[in-house]
Amino acid sequence: MKRALSALLLAAAGCAHAGGPSSQQPKPAASATVPVPPVPFPSTYHPFRSVPTLIRGATVMTAAGQVIPNGQVLMVDGKVAAVGQTVNAPAGATVIDATGKYVTPGIIDVHSHLGVYASPGVDANSDGNEATNPVTANVWAEHSVWPQDPGFVRALENGGITSMEILPGSANLIGGRSVVLKNVPSRTVQGMKFPGAPYGLKMACGENPKRVYASRGPSTRMGNVAGYRTAWIEAAAYRRKWDDWDANGRKASDMPTRDLGLETLAEVLRGHILVQNHCYRADEMAQMIDISHEFGYHIRSFHHGVEAYKVRDLLAREGIGASLWADWWGFKMEALDETNANLAMVHQAGARAIVHSDDPGGIQRLNQEAAKAVLAGRQAGIDVSENDALRWLTANPAWALGIDDKVGTLEPGKQADVVVWSANPFSVYARPEKVYIDGALIYDRANPNLHPVSDFETGLLPAEAAR
Amino acid sequence: MSKRLLAAAAGALLATAPAAAQTVAIVGGTVETMAGPAIPNGTVLIRDGRIVAVGANVAVPAGARTIDARGKTVTPGFFDSSTQIGLEEVGAVDETNDHRLNKDPDHVAAAFDVRDGLNPNSIVIPVTRIAGVTTAVSRPDGGLISGQSVVVDLTGMNVDSMLIRGAVAMYASLAEGSRGEAGGSRSGQTMLLRQVLDDARTYARNREAYNRGQFRQLAASRLDLEALQPVLAGRMPLVVEVNRASDIRTTLAIAKEFGIRVVIGGGAEAWMVADELARANVPVVVKVLQDLPETFESLGERYDNAAILRRAGVKVAITAGDTHNARNVKQEAGNAVANGLSHDDALRAITLNPAQIWGVADRLGSLEPGKLANVVVWGGDPLELLTPVEHVLIHGREVPLVSRETMLRDRYLHLNDETRAYPSAAARPTPVQTPQQ
Repeated sequence: MKRALSALLLAAAGCAHAGGPSSQQPKPAASATVPVPPVPFPSTYHPFRSVPTLIRGATVMTAAGQVIPNGQVLMVDGKVAAVGQTVNAPAGATVIDATGKYVTPGIIDVHSHLGVYASPGVDANSDGNEATNPVTANVWAEHSVWPQDPGFVRALENGGITSMEILPGSANLIGGRSVVLKNVPSRTVQGMKFPGAPYGLKMACGENPKRVYASRGPSTRMGNVAGYRTAWIEAAAYRRKWDDWDANGRKASDMPTRDLGLETLAEVLRGHILVQNHCYRADEMAQMIDISHEFGYHIRSFHHGVEAYKVRDLLAREGIGASLWADWWGFKMEALDETNANLAMVHQAGARAIVHSDDPGGIQRLNQEAAKAVLAGRQAGIDVSENDALRWLTANPAWALGIDDKVGTLEPGKQADVVVWSANPFSVYARPEKVYIDGALIYDRANPNLHPVSDFETGLLPAEAAR
Repeated sequence: MSKRLLAAAAGALLATAPAAAQTVAIVGGTVETMAGPAIPNGTVLIRDGRIVAVGANVAVPAGARTIDARGKTVTPGFFDSSTQIGLEEVGAVDETNDHRLNKDPDHVAAAFDVRDGLNPNSIVIPVTRIAGVTTAVSRPDGGLISGQSVVVDLTGMNVDSMLIRGAVAMYASLAEGSRGEAGGSRSGQTMLLRQVLDDARTYARNREAYNRGQFRQLAASRLDLEALQPVLAGRMPLVVEVNRASDIRTTLAIAKEFGIRVVIGGGAEAWMVADELARANVPVVVKVLQDLPETFESLGERYDNAAILRRAGVKVAITAGDTHNARNVKQEAGNAVANGLSHDDALRAITLNPAQIWGVADRLGSLEPGKLANVVVWGGDPLELLTPVEHVLIHGREVPLVSRETMLRDRYLHLNDETRAYPSAAARPTPVQTPQQ
């Protein structure tokens, strides 16, 4: 009930990124010459200090197609340097004996509200829904993120989460920009921002906007659709205005007035921001796809997609990811037609299946959620390999966020975001033992000095309560 | 006979039919009896819905239906101690929610008994039981005193056939979220609770004067005061939803003051007062997967809560804390193991312990002769997420592993013109009883 309630209240979607989709996506027509205003709030993230590290003896699950028993992973200068049965490590490399353990890429959540709905969940910390207008494309989630949310630490130490997308909530048709973060301790959100990750745009279908705006509208699904279309018409006009200004020599005197909301939407139309669309029902996903065709943008991923299995052929054809829970259901009408086989059915149809959380508890066990979905797939006669199921947690979410050239698999050259698990990550008993981000050891179960503690939790319980 | 009468007659037949006039032998599995050590290569013999023998050397009578459990694990059906199964169909659709009585202004609904609102045809029931959960506490919530719960087995076409025990426990909340409904402060909540309990006691001593209208106004209605008598007499536990360590201590003080039995629900910080709970012999119903300082009353919540409580000697039941996903109670138990509880204790926390806490251990919770045959055969470790459920028996009768969810899955398993046209009922997987001998 707590869980369902949180899904109901917080479920949100949408983010996209500047920076082109890196895989076989239909790309909207981009007008590359138009000046994109310099992005304020630049990332100040830089990797923590790392030393050349060789992990050996573990079952290495690369998410790139290989599972290597008794394998080795070498990290140098924050990057995966080598992966294999045996690799050549530089002299003096720190050697981690992980015999009997498992190694995976860092887990990535495409749908989190950590920092914007922080713990403790008091009103003062409720910063995820700018529920003052059905379209708030002008707001940016990063301006709500509280880096001291204890949820970041829990996601790290229990879930092996190394990157995540923080979205505005689902109260609005268009909720605003999302931001992609590295899960590192930081005083500022800029210090967590994933360098080079495109922004996202959160959109939401169905019951939530209807409920939130019932008294002033939109109060129906048709009202929702009218709202999206109106916004895109304005965005297209805005984009044209800037294109014309660009074509006419960019005279300072003629420069159009900036509009924060339309600026974000125009960037979506230019293909620089990726649309993350909260949408449960199959028929509504089809409606949203039609709208995207009408205005020439692409939906990067549907989030929550409880009925994705019903239109998995359509999702595959359109190149749209499906960010799903393993089993949440029943908390509202549009979440009624659930099957635990959803992820496996979507996967089998050739669409990108992604396990997401939308929850500060769920983000701590995306690996377990994947396991439940794998079992349901088997029971439906769909055998999903461990490598493919791991991709639901790493490579596919990386793709949905437009960062799959940087993270999501253990391959040479990628950022060394790595988790050492105590057991097979699809086991309920598995716990992260070590988490590396850009090659730096950020969490070590065996070392209390590497158990991050947020400012909020510092001194929170009396010393007598410690065991 | 009118259609209506016919239906009534059919209903009566269903209600009174023997659970299953047959003998079933589950043979060859590792039997986790919960009554003692696991029995490798054991047999569970079931007759007429009850367990008649369990052991390594049980003779299988001729003509018994045999379930081959070699290489598999056999357990009692799992038991979730805090759900609203049968009382909530769709969370956000108020018309389908029957677990709370919005009773202003006193917020005391002790007489509210969820039994009469229970829907045996809830779509949540098949979804839950095919995951190996055969028994649930379905309970009220809301207000200072919410009402009374039931223990039900997840089977049957009517409430009587699923009901194991009615009026199992009384529910109260001293949790932060309920403050507004009861006085607006912690002390206000406890003040009102004490007042109601005290008036219930006073009422019982002055029933005649009260009924003649010659007694002062009391803090609750006559029905509610009556409903609290079993609590005051120690025959019915009071489940108190409470999280902060200091609030748990207050609860223990009230229990002592009134001489009543309490069970702690919620219990986020129960580990901090584990020794006191053990000394007072107070059980705790915990959700394992909560470790965030989500509220100021749960700043200390942690994954090893159950393990610490168990070590201190507290009887623990594990719940998924959900209705639609009560099926995940095994995942909660598995995570308790990953955080220090023994595998055996984790299994007990979702079988025998709840049966004992709710007073139904004479019929449920372990695989022992005489108990109801709620038995699950698992393809491996029951707490592992990749382990399939192979067989579910409730009252000795095998439940088809079909739910609305598996039917929707199968309807869409192959996308083709038939999907577009919606297959008829005949094309659906038929929920057939396993052939019985």
